[in-house]
Amino acid sequence: MTVSERKRQPISTGSEWTFELVRQYDREIARIAERYALDTYPNQIEVITAEQMMDAYASVGMPLGYHHWSYGKHFLSTEKGYSRGQMGLAYEIVINSDPCIAYLMEENTMCMQALVIAHACYGHNSFFKGNYLFRTWTDASSIIDYLVFAKQYIMQCEERHGIDAVEDLLDSCHALMNYGVDRYKRPDPISAEEERRRQKDREEHLQKQINDLWRTIPKGASKGHDQDNKRWPAEPQENILYFLEKHAPLLEPWQREVIRIVRKIAQYFYPQRQTQVMNEGWATFWHYTLMNDLYDEGLVTDGFMIEFLQSHTSVVYQPGFDSPYYSGINPYTLGFAIYCDIRRICEHPTEEDRHWFPDIAGSDWLSTLKFAMANFKDESFILQFLSPKVIRDLKLFSVMDDDQQDDMLVPAIHDEPGYRIIRETLAAQYNLGNREPNVQIWSVDRRGDRSLTLRHQQHDRKPLGDSTGEVLKHLHRLWGFDIHLEVRQGEQVVGMQHVPPRNEQDADSEYPRLDLVIPPI
Amino acid sequence: MSYVIDRRLNGKNKSTVNRQRFLRRYRDHIKKAVEEAVSRRSITDMEHGEQISIPGRDIDEPVLHHGRGGKQTTVHPGNKQFSGGDHIPRPQGGGGRGAGKASNSGEGIDEFVFQITQEEFLDFMFEDLELPNLVKRHLTGSDTFKTVRAGISNEGNPSRINIVRTLRSAHARRIALSGSSRGKLKLALAELERLKLEEPDNFSDIQALEEEISKLRVRINRVPFLDTFDLKYNLLTKQPNPSSKAVMFCLMDVSGSMTQATKDIAKRFFILLYLFLKRNYDKIEVVFIRHHTSAKEVDEEEFFYSRETGGTIVSSALKMMQEIMAARYPINEWNIYAAQASDGDNWNDDSPICRDILINQIMPFVQYFTYVEITPREHQALWFEYEQVGENYADTFAQQQLVSSADIYPVFRELFQRRLVT
Repeated sequence: MTVSERKRQPISTGSEWTFELVRQYDREIARIAERYALDTYPNQIEVITAEQMMDAYASVGMPLGYHHWSYGKHFLSTEKGYSRGQMGLAYEIVINSDPCIAYLMEENTMCMQALVIAHACYGHNSFFKGNYLFRTWTDASSIIDYLVFAKQYIMQCEERHGIDAVEDLLDSCHALMNYGVDRYKRPDPISAEEERRRQKDREEHLQKQINDLWRTIPKGASKGHDQDNKRWPAEPQENILYFLEKHAPLLEPWQREVIRIVRKIAQYFYPQRQTQVMNEGWATFWHYTLMNDLYDEGLVTDGFMIEFLQSHTSVVYQPGFDSPYYSGINPYTLGFAIYCDIRRICEHPTEEDRHWFPDIAGSDWLSTLKFAMANFKDESFILQFLSPKVIRDLKLFSVMDDDQQDDMLVPAIHDEPGYRIIRETLAAQYNLGNREPNVQIWSVDRRGDRSLTLRHQQHDRKPLGDSTGEVLKHLHRLWGFDIHLEVRQGEQVVGMQHVPPRNEQDADSEYPRLDLVIPPI
Repeated sequence: MSYVIDRRLNGKNKSTVNRQRFLRRYRDHIKKAVEEAVSRRSITDMEHGEQISIPGRDIDEPVLHHGRGGKQTTVHPGNKQFSGGDHIPRPQGGGGRGAGKASNSGEGIDEFVFQITQEEFLDFMFEDLELPNLVKRHLTGSDTFKTVRAGISNEGNPSRINIVRTLRSAHARRIALSGSSRGKLKLALAELERLKLEEPDNFSDIQALEEEISKLRVRINRVPFLDTFDLKYNLLTKQPNPSSKAVMFCLMDVSGSMTQATKDIAKRFFILLYLFLKRNYDKIEVVFIRHHTSAKEVDEEEFFYSRETGGTIVSSALKMMQEIMAARYPINEWNIYAAQASDGDNWNDDSPICRDILINQIMPFVQYFTYVEITPREHQALWFEYEQVGENYADTFAQQQLVSSADIYPVFRELFQRRLVT
């Protein structure tokens, strides 16, 4: 079966691509992907120009989005980087939708186009369709419709209420966008039709509920008096945007709808934030595998393969911690290494592998790989599959930086006592809960000044970053009344922030508020 | 299952709106940067955009994230020298450590730098400047088109079908396709007629003929009444509306008293005016007239860069301008603008002559006449004569004094800021 025995008959020999060639390569790659039974959505491959690629970049992975200055900012910085040659445009953006949309840039060579097809159309695509987080959180068939709906709705709001009002509102929503998901509740899938139908009812219904919540008519003396003294909401709320959408006292119905749109879009991106290593690793593993199969079948030339390998190598390049180019662990490298090693453990297990992975050593590699892709997110994936060999290959070591110590400590390196520790530390590094501060809505003063209190539960004494004050201002704009943030270590309050700010001495003195300032929303 | 779609021709500039939103939000920053650039740039630089930088803190989108501090344990690749349990000194500056997380923290980027196009640059530069009496041309600079019928085409949309022509061509096609059958039918019918009259018993022939006739009829009927091939549409084409034309006269004194620095300032003023007009008129012609003791029409290159010296007779230039106007630029077709730059020196007896030429032969026909005097010294006769012109034509005449190139832009704005009732 080697190529030397059979005559090579490459699909193409030049570097120029044509539509016919793109289709031919796609057919061959699909045929090979079929062999591995990769389950994908249909593909929509769109050929675009560099400028359109920048557009695609700027809209942060949405094929169409509402208008907002921040996307303009993305565009300008992309354009600048590109025109000065600081960055080649990465050649793959792929949209989690059904059909799955992938972009080919017209400047690329045939080899690069084939690489993108393999990577995006068969790698990412099958990940979107197979991974449990995506299956749970996103509905690939309706996202495009929903984005169209969102764009139109926000345009209508701009016509009705002015660009500035909508822009301010979106700014505030974006500041809280990472706090728009219930991590432990399965959401309803979104559909544009449904949204439109329910929107009207929602507006009226919501307003009724809100009014109910803030009713200030004194209740009967005996009944329900104890209820009033209960903390409300009864449970801390991690989904801040949802809470505002449902309970912020001063918002208009259209503003609640806009919050909802931002929240739904945040929800759509939520799985992507948790599966970067797995997703990129999976796509890289498959482009590598599929391209090598193409070569083995004699369908591509040596030159093609060399170009491919050069590009592949730069994608999975991991600079060391002391390199000027180091900016953390490259998710492509880590993911690709883990998948490759799973295959190795299945096909050629060593003693060490049998000891570490008794379940999978020697099993069928393809089904094991698919199982790993389908049922994990980055954190659990690393915890489950990071092997000593990968730790050794990447020479991983951990560093503990404790601001109460004079110097830093190296708790573990790539050796026998260190493997487990490295594995747990690295997995924790990808836990969204560790990466993002744990800030939840704790209580609302319903009968007093209507202030909203948040709690930040510190993890390892990690403080909040310096833009917290700005975020609280945005929250204040949405909520309309005072915001308090308690910083806690365990049960101990170690700090407070207030919007509008107040002196720390007066923190406990209650002074009556005579001016209910309606915020300029 | 894959579809390959060519999207290159549509969906360009998807980010245009977002880009404009961005510029709109930071317009104060950008305007300031543009004004600085204008005073700093050499005039030949007006043909490109500008790099704008905005302090990072003004442009950040805040999110909740972890700051530095507390206890942070991170994993890094590429270990060479460490063993488990090592203590290592904390690196100064802390770069690199703890990276790979919270990359959206917005730290480390002090300036957001981006490029605006020349178009945008000039937009900011000319913002709320108005060309006075801009009556013949809408300010937007966008071309207006009118649609004109331009005959008949085989393609078009259904709303533009030309019924008469369509049916005519259908008719012609039917004739062409069924002509021979119709001829045969005619003959067969005549034969049948004859047979029925002359040989009514000849059943076999009659039957044969009748069969042939019905066959022919079927064949004729098989030709469709209307075929897509027949459809004719009214063709519309867009014709650009002739936009009004402008001519700009640049008059400059190149006598010995004008130093190179003074000429430079004048040059900037002219180019600013030129760019400004270029934005408002599609077709713009520029006439350069330089003068010392006598005037001469020259091309741009010579106007700005050749060196001549001599005395000064301003009226020679005004006379020449008047002649050129009369010869080449009829005022029903052209908006005429003029800008004159000088250091104020003039042969004293000449100044009243200038005034008269202006008042009688030039001012009635021009949209606007600006005079800038580039000198730090006291005004001389010419300035005061011109003041009288200004009294007569308050709406269309302006004069200003410039001292250094930094004055150009404010003065320029002032000259054109006067909103005139048309």
